[in-house]
Amino acid sequence: MTEALLEIKDLKTWFKTDDGMVRAVDGVSMTIARGETLAVVGESGCGKTVTARSVLKLIDMPPGRFEAGQIVWRGRDLIPLPAADMDKIRAREIAMVFQEPMTSLNPVYTVGDQIAESLRTHHGLSRKESIDGAVEMLKLVQIPNAERRVHDYPHQFSGGMRQRVVIAIALACKPQLLIADEPTTALDVTIQAQILELLGDMKAKFGMAIMLITHAMGVVAENAQRVVVMYAGKVVEEAPVEELFGNPRHPYTQGLIRSIPRVDARTRGHARLEQIPGTVPSLLNPPAGCRFANRCRFATDPCRDSEPPLRQVAPNHKVACIL
Amino acid sequence: MAGSIPASLSADQATGAAATDRPSRPVSLAGEAWRRFRKHRLAVVSLIVLALLIAAVGLGPLLWKVPINDIDFGAKLRGPSLGHPFGTDDLGQDLLARLIYGGRISIAVGLAAMFVAVTFGVMIGAIAGMASGRVDAVLMWITDLFLSLPQLPLLLLVIYLFRDTLKNLLGLEMGVFVLIVLVIGGLRWMPVARLVRAQFLSLREKEFVEAARALGASRIRLVIRHILPNAMGPVIVAGTIDVAAAIIAESTLSFLGLGFPPDVPTWGRVLFDAKDYLDIAPHWALFPGAAIFLTVLSINFIGDGLRDALDPRRVL
Amino acid sequence: MSRDYLFRRILIAIPSLLGISLVLFTVLALAPGDPFGELVTNPNVPAEIRLALRAKFGLDDPVWIRYVRWLNAMLQGDWGFSFTSRMDVDTLIMQRLPTTVAVIGAAQILAIVVAIPVGVLAATRPYSLFDQIANTLAFVGFSLPTFFTGLLLILVFSIQLDWLPFVYRTDIRASGWQWWWEHIRQSIMPVTVLGLFQGASLVRYVRSSVLDVIKLDYVTTARSKGIGEPKVVTRHVVRNALIPVVTLVALQMPVVFGGAIVTEQIFRIPGIGSLLISSILANDTPVVMGVTFVFACLVVLFNLIADILYGWLDPRITFR
Repeated sequence: MTEALLEIKDLKTWFKTDDGMVRAVDGVSMTIARGETLAVVGESGCGKTVTARSVLKLIDMPPGRFEAGQIVWRGRDLIPLPAADMDKIRAREIAMVFQEPMTSLNPVYTVGDQIAESLRTHHGLSRKESIDGAVEMLKLVQIPNAERRVHDYPHQFSGGMRQRVVIAIALACKPQLLIADEPTTALDVTIQAQILELLGDMKAKFGMAIMLITHAMGVVAENAQRVVVMYAGKVVEEAPVEELFGNPRHPYTQGLIRSIPRVDARTRGHARLEQIPGTVPSLLNPPAGCRFANRCRFATDPCRDSEPPLRQVAPNHKVACIL
Repeated sequence: MAGSIPASLSADQATGAAATDRPSRPVSLAGEAWRRFRKHRLAVVSLIVLALLIAAVGLGPLLWKVPINDIDFGAKLRGPSLGHPFGTDDLGQDLLARLIYGGRISIAVGLAAMFVAVTFGVMIGAIAGMASGRVDAVLMWITDLFLSLPQLPLLLLVIYLFRDTLKNLLGLEMGVFVLIVLVIGGLRWMPVARLVRAQFLSLREKEFVEAARALGASRIRLVIRHILPNAMGPVIVAGTIDVAAAIIAESTLSFLGLGFPPDVPTWGRVLFDAKDYLDIAPHWALFPGAAIFLTVLSINFIGDGLRDALDPRRVL
Repeated sequence: MSRDYLFRRILIAIPSLLGISLVLFTVLALAPGDPFGELVTNPNVPAEIRLALRAKFGLDDPVWIRYVRWLNAMLQGDWGFSFTSRMDVDTLIMQRLPTTVAVIGAAQILAIVVAIPVGVLAATRPYSLFDQIANTLAFVGFSLPTFFTGLLLILVFSIQLDWLPFVYRTDIRASGWQWWWEHIRQSIMPVTVLGLFQGASLVRYVRSSVLDVIKLDYVTTARSKGIGEPKVVTRHVVRNALIPVVTLVALQMPVVFGGAIVTEQIFRIPGIGSLLISSILANDTPVVMGVTFVFACLVVLFNLIADILYGWLDPRITFR
């Protein structure tokens, strides 16, 4: 493995609520190497987004708090870092693309302003220079008539176009890591492919690493090199993409893979799409043993008694299951 | 003209804590509302304060039997003492007795005006919400129009023009009471009407109303049995605030010398009489002012607590 | 914001002005007897004026004709004659209006200057000690009726401490700086009374609006750009949070005018509010009508200003 750019070590991000502590991220570790695309998959509510936001420290505190762990960025732990230093890392070194293009742009400023804002902050550009920079970025993300549209407001763009603007904002300062939090979930299917393609192009151009958060296994297979599977605030499996799809070890991963819609399914005799029964357990009082036990068809008493540790089963392949 | 106000801009998103399955406890709606109300500590304190105030003006005359109009020039403009706990005014009348009496009127005006405003508002809002189309548009235009009327000047104008007629019709005190209640209530129904209409529009499409309609419930029945009870929460909150506003409005009128006549010592009227003696008898103004303030403040806090309890989505 | 939008807003203001005038006229028409009836018994009224008035109002004509005629007269500035002040009502009101507008304007500025920072600070630290104190004080602020706050200030600052005058004077003889100083000194208490009352509810509006905006996605986007929290709040939160606040402030204007009348009465400020009260007490009907109409126009005007501000703050508005 090449040099680690980001190393998350045993991160615990908890939220205090009226009913008690919600352990949204409960001991998660993962690494991203320079230039690598890492996919983080799992159902909604399993802690993917919280993990991603924790990296940029975009968690509201309170109610959230870092209970334990480290987020090591290029050798430096971000958790104790003062806000001012954190702001120098945001956008310039780590940037983020959000799920909802319809709401993640400020309605009262032009898109040009919003792209230019980080250029001005981090590169000390003048107003004019930064708007020129914004035009360049809009061209890069393939928005037609960039010179004119730079002065338009977000409501004048379609959802797909807005997501391109969001990507332009994120990439404006040429970060080394781009965190894409479900960047295509809110978009039409045809637009989804375009946005993923754009992300691929951008990666080829800038060479940044990407942390791709998604719940769609199909997206994972086509875009990532390595995969981390999360379930109920924990990592349950981690492997290179071919290894994961070829030899999934955790019953949850197997279920996720089987639930991918396949065009050729009918010819093979599978009439129905498979689904995983049940839902993600409450993170308020997670079950004592394996958190997947109540949905797992292989679960035995030892599974319910103690939590299975993440163990190495093949080179670069880890799984948290005793089977 | 001012259009609709968004009650809340919030997008329903819960960053991170998405998977919080609240452990469901079997509690009644009222129990749940009470549980939320209790968490608002100032509202609970205010409830106690208001209960004490109402008990004081309600039961006060039984315990404090000094007449309100016992003139004693020998004891005029005295500060608080054992014989006159709140002191006396320029005619030597006992302020405690006068404030107890005036408080009854002030609170009665507040409640009655609220009742007028809520009744009228619910009616207008229900008609607008049910009728939709042109009727709705006209009613809402009228509502907006009333919202932008300069209330106090209009209040003063109406009282100026109609005072004598009602006085002749209903007697001095009753005439002023009815006039003030009607006018204050008649100028405060608009927020309630808007709330009720908004509730109607959103509830009309909800499943349980659809279900009732499918079962053949008549329109009136639908409104009374299914829609109104659901719209009640915000209306109760608005009504509570209306009581406070009406008390202030009545006191303002009396303070300007245009409310109740001099021999009816409402809190505002006492302040009006006291304001020229601030330098020699500050207690005369301080007690009625504090009474108004305490009443209004506790009602407002109770309204805030009720909002937490009954209408948790709204923040304003 | 386009000129088209501005034009549309002004067009919308006209029917509300007409509506308000209709309400005023209805009140007048419904009033028992002849609202000018007391003129007959008023010995101060010259007979020819009384007859002229009767003729002008044509009290025997159908109601709608009387309305049109009345409105026409109002629009042409022909507001009648004040018998107490012995001058035309419009002249009288125009003399008094600047004082009222100055007091209300200064109070609004004070309210905004206090309320926006306090509301924003409270909302960015929800449930902190600062937030709780600010919230409680806001409740106290709008539960204190203006007439009581006014008396309290007089009691403390004029009577006990003897720092400020409690009667507003227009006949200040000093000139230059001294003149300004005296004016500011006598304006402090009325402006404070009115400003704090307005500011108290404004704090609550601002706070809840900021709380709504601060959890929106685009604020997170702004944070992820590393522009620093102060800039996130001032550039991305406050600007958006103020949009609904503008509407709420406009809706509050009628209440503010009510407060202004009371304040003018307490401090004896010679504005149109105290004119209204003294005219009512003196049965000076044309002045009462005129002042009420002016207040109505002011409300419509402030609504118009709010609409324009709204369009300026929110670029989406023009395209709707």
